[in-house]
Amino acid sequence: MSQLDVRQKLAILADAAKYDASCASSGTKARDSRGGTGMGSTAPGMGICHAYAPDGRCISLLKILLTNSCIFDCHYCINRKSSNVRRARFTAREVVDLTLAFYRRNYIEGLFLSSGIIRSSNYTMEQIVEVARSLREDHDFRGYIHLKTIPDADPELVHQAGVHADRVSINVELPTRAGLSRLAPEKSAERIEGAMKGMKAAILDGADAKARYKCAPEFAPAGQSTQMIVGADAATDSAIVQRAAGLYDRFGLRRVYYSAFSPIPDASAVLPLVRPPLMREHRLYQADWMIRFYGFSSAEVAESADGSGNLPLDIDPKLAWALKHRETFPVDVNRAPRELLLRIPGLGVRAVDRILAARVHRRLRLADLARLTRSLARLRPFLIAADWRPTLLADRLDPRPKTEQLELFAA
Amino acid sequence: MRVVTLAGEDDFEGWRTAARALAAAGVPPGDIAWQSGAAPDLFGDEAVLPTAAPAFPVPRAFITLAETVICHKDPERFALLYALLLRLRARPRAMEDSADPLLLRLEAMAKAVRRDIHKMHAFLRFREVETGEGPRFIAWFEPDHHVVRAAAPFFVRRFANMRWSILTPALSLHWDMAVLREGPGASRADAPSGDPIEAMWKTYYASIFNPARVKIGAMLKEMPKKYWKNMPETALVGELIKGAQARESAMVAKAAAVVGDNAGKTWDAIRAEAMHCTRCDLYKHATRTVFGEGPLDAEILFVGEQPGDQEDLAGHPFVGPAGQVFDSALADAGIDRRRTYVTNAVKHFKFVPRGKRRIHDKPDGGEIAACRWWLQQELTLVKPAVTVALGATAARSLFGKVVTIGALRGSGHRLPDGGEAWVTVHPSFLLRVRDDREAEYERFVADLKAIAARAEAVGAAA
Repeated sequence: MSQLDVRQKLAILADAAKYDASCASSGTKARDSRGGTGMGSTAPGMGICHAYAPDGRCISLLKILLTNSCIFDCHYCINRKSSNVRRARFTAREVVDLTLAFYRRNYIEGLFLSSGIIRSSNYTMEQIVEVARSLREDHDFRGYIHLKTIPDADPELVHQAGVHADRVSINVELPTRAGLSRLAPEKSAERIEGAMKGMKAAILDGADAKARYKCAPEFAPAGQSTQMIVGADAATDSAIVQRAAGLYDRFGLRRVYYSAFSPIPDASAVLPLVRPPLMREHRLYQADWMIRFYGFSSAEVAESADGSGNLPLDIDPKLAWALKHRETFPVDVNRAPRELLLRIPGLGVRAVDRILAARVHRRLRLADLARLTRSLARLRPFLIAADWRPTLLADRLDPRPKTEQLELFAA
Repeated sequence: MRVVTLAGEDDFEGWRTAARALAAAGVPPGDIAWQSGAAPDLFGDEAVLPTAAPAFPVPRAFITLAETVICHKDPERFALLYALLLRLRARPRAMEDSADPLLLRLEAMAKAVRRDIHKMHAFLRFREVETGEGPRFIAWFEPDHHVVRAAAPFFVRRFANMRWSILTPALSLHWDMAVLREGPGASRADAPSGDPIEAMWKTYYASIFNPARVKIGAMLKEMPKKYWKNMPETALVGELIKGAQARESAMVAKAAAVVGDNAGKTWDAIRAEAMHCTRCDLYKHATRTVFGEGPLDAEILFVGEQPGDQEDLAGHPFVGPAGQVFDSALADAGIDRRRTYVTNAVKHFKFVPRGKRRIHDKPDGGEIAACRWWLQQELTLVKPAVTVALGATAARSLFGKVVTIGALRGSGHRLPDGGEAWVTVHPSFLLRVRDDREAEYERFVADLKAIAARAEAVGAAA
C-alpha cells in the first residue's frame, strides 16, 4: 500500500467512525486553560456542537478511529477483518496534532477516539491511551476526551484511559445475546459487562478519592456510556428498553446510545439490507428519555409497545402510554404532584417546573398554559385547568394522526 | 420626558444606576426615553435624573435576567426591564410568576440572547496568521444581538495561552495572553480569508456524515443558514446532500451484491438465532421454533400460517395433514417441492389444550407482527421471483395489513418492499371445506400452475 497523507487518512478514518452515535461533550467537570500552558476548556453542563452534518447530527468532537484495521470479524462492522475497505492507520502523533489544530480554530470540543483492534487488545489500548496521555501531559490539553475502551484489554490500561479521559465507553454492540453471538462471534456479553462493572467501580473510587482529597486526579468525570445497534437482530423495542434500563441500573451508565443499523458498503451477508429504521431509533431515544427524566420504569415503557413488543411509530411512547392509561387522566395542573404532571404527554421537565413555580401565584387557566408550554392542543385532553375540563375523554380522544392509505396494489 | 443615555448597547451598569434612581423617585415607565450611544431622542426635553438614589433589594433572578436581556437588539428592552423593576418594588415575588406575560416576553428575549451567545461560542472560526510576535488567530463573526462582550470570557478561558482577535461589525476584541483589549468595529475584509487547515476540516466534515440517514431539517434547525457564510465547511452541504442518495444506493447495491456467496452460512446463523426467539409469548408453550426450509436460490417462496401439532414435534414446516395436501397439489401442478422454499408467517405453534390434544389456535396481529422480522430475513436471503401467501394470516404478514383472499387471488401484487406476491388459500382450507372439495382442490392447483408459470417468466427476465 502506498503511503497515505494525513488528509487521506482522515477521510478514511472519519468515514469509518461515522456509525458511532455518540457525539456528546457534556457532563464533565469544569476546566479551563488559565494558569496552564496549553489550551482548552469544558463546561460542566451542556457541551457545544460546533457544526451540524447533513444527517442532522452534531459535530462536537473530532470523532475518528486510530485505525480501521481489525482482527475481529463482526458482521455489522464495516471494519471487520473480511471487509475489503481501504485501510489506514494514524500515528498517535498525527491524532494529537490534528486535535490541537482543529481545537485551536474552534472547530471542536475535543477528541473521541476509537479504534479497530490491531495485533492485540492490549496493544490497541496502549495506542489509544498514548494519544490521550500526550494530549494531557505533553500539551496540557484541557478540552474533552472520550475514549472507546476495549473490554479484553488489561485492566491497568483501561484504568489509564479513565485517568486521561472525560468519558469512556464500552459498547454492548447488540441488545440480545443471540444477536451478539450471530453478529459478533468473537465478543462475549460476559466480558463486555465485566468491563463495564470494572469501570463503574473505578469511577466510583475516583469520585470517592476526589471527595476526600482535593488533589486526587479526576477519573472519567463524565462517566461511561455505551452503544447498541438497533435493527440488525431480532430484539424488540421492549427488549431493548429493558436491556438499556438494566445497564443504567447495574453499571451507572450516563447514556445508552441507540444506533439504527444502516447499510454499510461491503456488508456481511448476515445482515438485513434495509434502510436504517430512523423513526424507530427516535422512538427508542424518547423511551430512554421517559426512564431518565420522566420517572417511568422500563416495565411501564414496555406497556406502551404494541402486541409485537415494538413502540408505535406514529405517536411518541409517552402518548402511547397515556392512551393505555386513560384512568390516570385528566390531571389537574393546579393540584397534581410533579411526578404526575411529568406523565402528561407533551409536557417536558422545563414546562412542569414553570407550572409548579407559577401555580403558587395564580390558579392556572388555559391561557396561562398556552404561554408556559409548546402546544396546548396536544395537552388539552389530558389536563384540568381553572377554566377547562375535558369531556368524554375516552370517546373523543383521537390524537393519532390519520394515516394515509398505502398504494399497496398499485401496478 | 426624561432621557437616559447609556454608554453602549449592552451597558448594564448604566441602565442599573439610572433605573435604580428613577424607580426610587417613582418615575412611571412612560416618562422615560432610553437611548444608547450618541443618537439623540427627538422627544427628550428634560435632563436626566434624580441623583444618587439609595439601593433597594431585588431578587438575584432579576439581575441575571436583566444582564442578559440588555444584550438584546430590541430597542424596547430598557423600558420593559424598567417596567418589571417597578413591579418588583410593589410585589417582591413577581419573578416567580412565570405565567406573567411581561416576564415571559423578557425571558424569550433572554433566551434569544443566550442562543446567540451559544452560537457565537460554537460557530466562530479562527484563522491563523503569522505576526512578528508569533501566530495570531483571527475570527470574523456577525452576531444578531449585542453579545460580543458577553461571549468573550468563554474564549479567554478556552484560549488563555493563545493570541487571538475577534472582529465584529460593532466591536473587536484582542487577547494577548494577559489582557483583553477592545477596539472599534471592523469589516469582513479586515479578517484573513483562509487557513490551510480548512481543507483538512472540510475533509473531516464530508467524511463523518452518514449518507444513509440524511435529515436536512434537523441540521437547519440547529445551524440556520444565516450562520453559514462564515463557516468554511457549510460550502460543502449542497454537494453532500445531492450526492447522498447516490452514495446510499451504492452502499446498498454493493452490500446486496455480496449476498449469495455465504447465504447458506447466513441462513444457518439466522435460523440458530431464531431457535431462541422470544419476540412474542408463543415460545413458552411450543416445542421449538419451526424455521423455513428449502434451497436459498428458490424461485418460489411459500408462506403458510404457523406450524401445527406435527410440525411442532418434527421441527419442519408442512409435514402434517395439510402438508400432505400441499405436496399432492404441488405434484399435480408440476412443481418440485424440493426446489421451493417453504416457511410460515408465525414460527411457533399456537394451540389450546383440549384433553390430551393440542388444538390449533389462530395467531393474533401482535404475534404475526413480532414474527415478521424472521420472514423478512428469509425473503431477503432467498429473493424469490414470486412469494406466495397461503391463507389470510400469511397475506397479512406479507402486506402488513388485513386483506381478503377472494379479492386478491389469481394475480400478482407488489409487496411494500418491491417483490411480487400471489395469494391463495391455505391447504388446510381444503381439508375443512365441505362442498365441492374437488373443485376447490382443482382451483388451488390452478393457482399453483399460474404461480409456477409466473415464477418462470420473472426468473427468466431477471
